[in-house]
Amino acid sequence: MDILSSLAHGFTVAIEPQHLFLVLIGCIIGTLIGALPGLGPVNGVALMIPLTFNFGLAPTAALILLVSIYYGCMYGGRISSILLNIPGDEPAMMTTLDGYPMALKGRGGEALGISAVASFVGATIATVGLTLFAPLLVGFAIRFGPAEYFALFLLAFATIGGVTSGSFTKSFIAACIGLLLGTVGIDPVSSVPRYTFGWYEIYSGIDFIVALVGLFAISECLFFLEDTRHGSKPRIQVGSAIPGMKSSLRCGPTIGRGSLIGFISGVLPGAGASLGSFLAYVLEKRWLGRKGDFGKGDPRGVAAPEAGNNAAAGGALIPMLSLGIPGSGTTAVLLAVLLTMNITPGPLLFEQQPDIVWGLVAALFIGNIMLLILNIPLVGLFARVLQAPPWFLMPMVVLVAFVGIYSLSNSAFDLYMMLAFGVLGYIMRKLEFPTVPVVLGLLLGGQMEFNLRRAMAISGGDWSILWSSGISIGIYAFAGILMIAGLVYGLLVNQRGKLR
Amino acid sequence: MAIFKRSVNGVAATALLGLGLAFSAPSQALPISECLAPADPGGGWDFTCRSVGKLLYELDLVENPVQVTNMPGGVGAVAYADVANSRADDSDLIVATSTVGVTQIAQGRYPSGADTMRWLAMLGTDVGVILVDDDSQYETLEQLLDAVVEEPSSVVMAGSSGVGGWDHIRALMLAKAAGLPSDQFGGMRWVQFDGGGPAVTQMMGGHVDVVSTDLGEIAGFIESGDVRVLAVLSEAPLSPPFDELPTAASQGYDVVGYNWRGFYTGGEVSDADYATMVDTLKALYDSSEWKTVAKNSGLEPLWRGGEEFSAFVRESIEQVEEISREIGVIQ
Repeated sequence: MDILSSLAHGFTVAIEPQHLFLVLIGCIIGTLIGALPGLGPVNGVALMIPLTFNFGLAPTAALILLVSIYYGCMYGGRISSILLNIPGDEPAMMTTLDGYPMALKGRGGEALGISAVASFVGATIATVGLTLFAPLLVGFAIRFGPAEYFALFLLAFATIGGVTSGSFTKSFIAACIGLLLGTVGIDPVSSVPRYTFGWYEIYSGIDFIVALVGLFAISECLFFLEDTRHGSKPRIQVGSAIPGMKSSLRCGPTIGRGSLIGFISGVLPGAGASLGSFLAYVLEKRWLGRKGDFGKGDPRGVAAPEAGNNAAAGGALIPMLSLGIPGSGTTAVLLAVLLTMNITPGPLLFEQQPDIVWGLVAALFIGNIMLLILNIPLVGLFARVLQAPPWFLMPMVVLVAFVGIYSLSNSAFDLYMMLAFGVLGYIMRKLEFPTVPVVLGLLLGGQMEFNLRRAMAISGGDWSILWSSGISIGIYAFAGILMIAGLVYGLLVNQRGKLR
Repeated sequence: MAIFKRSVNGVAATALLGLGLAFSAPSQALPISECLAPADPGGGWDFTCRSVGKLLYELDLVENPVQVTNMPGGVGAVAYADVANSRADDSDLIVATSTVGVTQIAQGRYPSGADTMRWLAMLGTDVGVILVDDDSQYETLEQLLDAVVEEPSSVVMAGSSGVGGWDHIRALMLAKAAGLPSDQFGGMRWVQFDGGGPAVTQMMGGHVDVVSTDLGEIAGFIESGDVRVLAVLSEAPLSPPFDELPTAASQGYDVVGYNWRGFYTGGEVSDADYATMVDTLKALYDSSEWKTVAKNSGLEPLWRGGEEFSAFVRESIEQVEEISREIGVIQ
């Protein structure tokens, strides 16, 4: 009851005309930024901070604008994933796996429609979760220590072979390449530089965004150059978003499961949206087994990660607001904004600043509905992107990739790094190696290592800390069941094949 | 009227937002048009740049909004190298730094020493704190340090830096003051997290026993009563609301551990421009607005500028070098 009246108060704050207008603008800008390769929510929010200051927006208004941009980016990231096979940001990477094959089959509109609905449901479930359970979930999140995080990342790696439809061995090798790249940089425990060759640019490790844009956007352009030499690429038909609405209904259970997994990943600081969308996809694929058509354009392969990454974005606001600790790059930026505005997030924020917290939550509900309404008619507009002639489209992709990456660190080094990853991506794809596991290895491997080493530092080198809590044992058991189920299922299918 | 003005601001803001990118052109008329934050958005250096940049403009100390540029990498080493190589005489650039950056210089992790740059000023300082969970067995700093001296591995300590980083060094300084011989420093368990906030929540979850970090980032936990402060590492008691917290010195351990926030600029900036920049920062420091911003973010306003600051930086580097050698981080 208390929560509902607070939320009602929040809505009175959020429906002030200025706030509504900011939500709308934030959603549009966010969608655009999210769709551009290399520019993700972190850059989107960071770019807008000076403007909020310059125009003297009140803290509530500024926060509403920035969070609308954040949610908009999570929506937008999928557009280029589906239409161009180039993820707009890291969490949207999983959406390329089935989204792009759907687009190739002329079902791009449907994929965009499904992903809009899945994003909406995921974000709404997360916002409801944020409203109702924020204090409870904080208690749950702090029980995750280094050992439990290690178990969680191990679960991710136990399922990494199932990411792509290609060969298990090739996925595994690609993940190992990512893990190797993930060891580059200053070792945070002992502060010793590893594999940096004296280049200060990689002292903090290889930037995921640089790797992502190189592996996807640049390699895609290289492929395109090759294709056009051997005759032109067939023009893709996008189709209407209307069938997407119907497919979304069929994907209902998938969206529900994806949202839940994403939300939990978001609540855990240090897990985040990438892990959320990854686990949502892989677990869905395992759940449905071979019944699905994953990797070849299964609508559920679009619905699961999109629900997952949007739910994670909402979930990540819980530790940020109630503990003051960022679960992702974007929430770190938002945290800095709060501090600049003299608002200290933390356990007392909900009591001390109800206007800001509940106004923000209400704005999230409104923003979500706006994003859904905006996105459906915009499918046609996005589709134009594909109708643009390739001689215009591909140079634009390269341009945006270069500008986006340069804006991250203001150093030319990252541009060379991106090109190197582009060549790596091109070679790997020529050899039919999947590139998604490389980024996953890079993204998750470092975290897995650091949490293992933290656990070892806590226990003084005693390995038993890794299985000393109920949570970690539960996660290991789950990972074990998934692996065994996968093996048994594979055997059964083989048997049946032999009988035939 | 106020509502009207706000919505006009909103419309203007959104109109410009609609245009997409709006960058302010650097001004040559007045000093300081750009603040380089050698970290990703969201970190302490980024915060230093954004809050100081915002205030410089609001107080009319600069003509145009100060542009904040993020150049992450190597805990500030990338920005340090960039300024030294290509922007050494840029008289409108300030670069955020802190004790963390100076610790890196002292341990030889930057491409060159402190003399490469001109050190402008520090504007405030965060203060080291030693925290335990509110239901911890340790009630006082003495109980904690006695346990450490008796059996160094019995206490699991955590902070936002790795081994040899500033949070770790401050904990070691306390252990040393309590009588732990330096050859036993290696026996102390130290866990690095990605910030003071994560370290404290890990402590609340029962994963580590003690946190050594800066006050500013975790002030919310102190106010809510989720953690117990065993000591603040300042010379004198802090200003309210933290005036009740005991200093280490008052408990018989003479350890002071500040994490100041300040700025440097390129080494070839002329004396005249350098003086103007220091004066501009001094004017900012003297404003009541800065005192408010600093207090609200857990910083104690503290001024050292110009030559005094440069001398202070050199002195700090010598001090960190000495401790680092004792714990074997540098040879």
